[in-house]
Amino acid sequence: MKLNRRNFFKLAGVAGAGALATGAKTAEAWESKAPKDPFGCLVDLSRCVGCRKCEQGCNEVNKLLPPERPFVDMLLLNEKRRPDANSYTVVNRYFTGKSDEQDHLLPTYVKIQCMHCQDPACVSACLVGALTKKESGAVHYDVSKCIGCRYCMVACPFEIPAYEYFDPLTPRVRKCTFCFERIEKEGGVPACAAICPVEAITFGKRSSLLDQARTRMKKDPARYIDHIYGEHEVGGTSWLYLSDVEFNKVDFQDLPSEPIPKLPETIQHSLFSYLWSPIALFGVLSVVMANAKSKKNKEDES
Amino acid sequence: MSHSPSATHSKFFTPGVWVMLVFMFIGAVAVAARFTWGIGSVTNLDNSHPWGLWIGIDVATGVALAAGGFTTSFLAHIIGRHHYEVIVRPAILTAMLGYTFVVLGLLVDIGRTWAIWKPIFSWNTNSALFEVAMCVLVYLHVLYFEFAPTVGEGIGGRVKTLVTAVTDKIMWIFIILGVVLSCMHQSSLGTLMLIAPTKLHPLWYTPLLPLLFLTSAIAVGFPMVVFETTLVSSSLKLDSEMKILTPLTRITIFILGLYMVLKVGDLVYRDVLGYLLDGSTQSNSFLVELGFGVILPWLLLITPGVRKSRGMLFFTCCLIVGGVVLNRINVFLVGYHSPYAQTSYFPAIGEIVVTAGLIAALMFLYRLAVTFLPVLSASKQEVSS
Repeated sequence: MKLNRRNFFKLAGVAGAGALATGAKTAEAWESKAPKDPFGCLVDLSRCVGCRKCEQGCNEVNKLLPPERPFVDMLLLNEKRRPDANSYTVVNRYFTGKSDEQDHLLPTYVKIQCMHCQDPACVSACLVGALTKKESGAVHYDVSKCIGCRYCMVACPFEIPAYEYFDPLTPRVRKCTFCFERIEKEGGVPACAAICPVEAITFGKRSSLLDQARTRMKKDPARYIDHIYGEHEVGGTSWLYLSDVEFNKVDFQDLPSEPIPKLPETIQHSLFSYLWSPIALFGVLSVVMANAKSKKNKEDES
Repeated sequence: MSHSPSATHSKFFTPGVWVMLVFMFIGAVAVAARFTWGIGSVTNLDNSHPWGLWIGIDVATGVALAAGGFTTSFLAHIIGRHHYEVIVRPAILTAMLGYTFVVLGLLVDIGRTWAIWKPIFSWNTNSALFEVAMCVLVYLHVLYFEFAPTVGEGIGGRVKTLVTAVTDKIMWIFIILGVVLSCMHQSSLGTLMLIAPTKLHPLWYTPLLPLLFLTSAIAVGFPMVVFETTLVSSSLKLDSEMKILTPLTRITIFILGLYMVLKVGDLVYRDVLGYLLDGSTQSNSFLVELGFGVILPWLLLITPGVRKSRGMLFFTCCLIVGGVVLNRINVFLVGYHSPYAQTSYFPAIGEIVVTAGLIAALMFLYRLAVTFLPVLSASKQEVSS
């Protein structure tokens, strides 16, 4: 019995060493899981007139609760709002110092919603995989898997996912769906892009939107600042922005171009692919424990 | 040294126990409110601050402070330092209760409490949180298994024979598994915040965070044992166990020293020392964490005499424990910067009373266990008139 057990310890040690060797090899470089040809939306801040029709269209299509104050109430623009559990998109107004010929200050309107990152931090974070990045480009939330840990909200660099904090048992994470059911149908367009009266939101393939953005910038270089927000930010987002004012003046953050999941996923996979490190540690500890035990037995005998 | 743990059979309903019961009751009221009107009704959590006191203390700190369990069982059972045997049972008890309350805290915090089982079947192996969840789930049961013989002995008779028969031959697997699982999730708790590079303050955001979490958890293991042993032997009027605690904390000098070198080296290497003296809440909180939670106690530990004095050693270990508590609070709360928050987060009364209630319940169960089960080995003090 004892001999068998000691043999087992030895085997465990060898298995551990083996796991150590293979584990070191399998720690591969991180690869982006971004869809190759996703849809996107290009928001042109220089075109937006702040009519809030996109908010209204979004509310209706997604069957959200009627708002406390009607969508025609433009006084709401006096405050800075964020998307919340009942509004997937909001428009904010900024005065950046831009003015017309009569020195009247001109507003800049900014529509905010989920950016549908190419390599989303929320998708990487979600422990049950309730959040996924679809081939269409939509970052999709599956409530049937969600446990409500809110790690997606911690992870999101744009601070987009909102939570139903006052639902005691079945709260949901709420965010723009990219109208995934509509856009996955032929000719389907997100509600906000469809309703926009001034074509401030253009829907299409992300690659062609980038071309369009460059064309607009080339045609009218005085109008636009030289930056397509979302082209490189956090590895690229499906939603892109063109602007006539500096992005940091209208609450856009300076973000790194590295996809956010890269570092944590690299760490997780180098340490735990095929559970090599726990198996190796188990093996080593078995040998140590067996040695200590046999030493003690010898001491007890003598 | 003989190892003969026994139930203390002290008087149970002392004034302290009544205080704990009061805290537990108030906490239970807040928990009832949370399950009636939602998380928002008892917390200051919002879309900018999805994680608060419950994650920072009940979960992150709870896991760290339960590290006494795997560090002592490594010392006494795996590398065979059997004279430390006497501290293993109380440390395993603390760890078992600690993890139980981590899970209870999570059940209150997550929005869909009834869905807690879903990660068992729905995996995202890219997520550090998935690994933490799995490890905590398995380790909790490992701890129950490790504690089973104590319960068996306490009940005695046939139950004891049965439990011994089941656990004796395979206990070694669970002892090793406990250490392996602990190393995994103690470090992965640090990986958690690496998903938020733009939100976590640069003083704490480092790729080294998993290693720092693991090292600090190991470093706090023995000081936590000193902390509890001193409290318990004072409270239950048991003989002091300085003969064990003094050599035990010699090991802490090395581990805490390693943690200190890693932490300071990381700051220097990443060239973020400039943030240390900018007077912000974050920089002050970091300075307190490092100065009073790591450097000062390390200097005290290497001072001759400190480790031999019961009072000084207790004080030093309180500093180390406090330093790790503050570190977890810093990483999850103080250092967390929301880009669009309109208000800053401070825990609501509701959050505080739930956390206090959980801690009181843990202490209550600890006292219950050591009173009626063979956990502690120290003998009662002779009554001196």
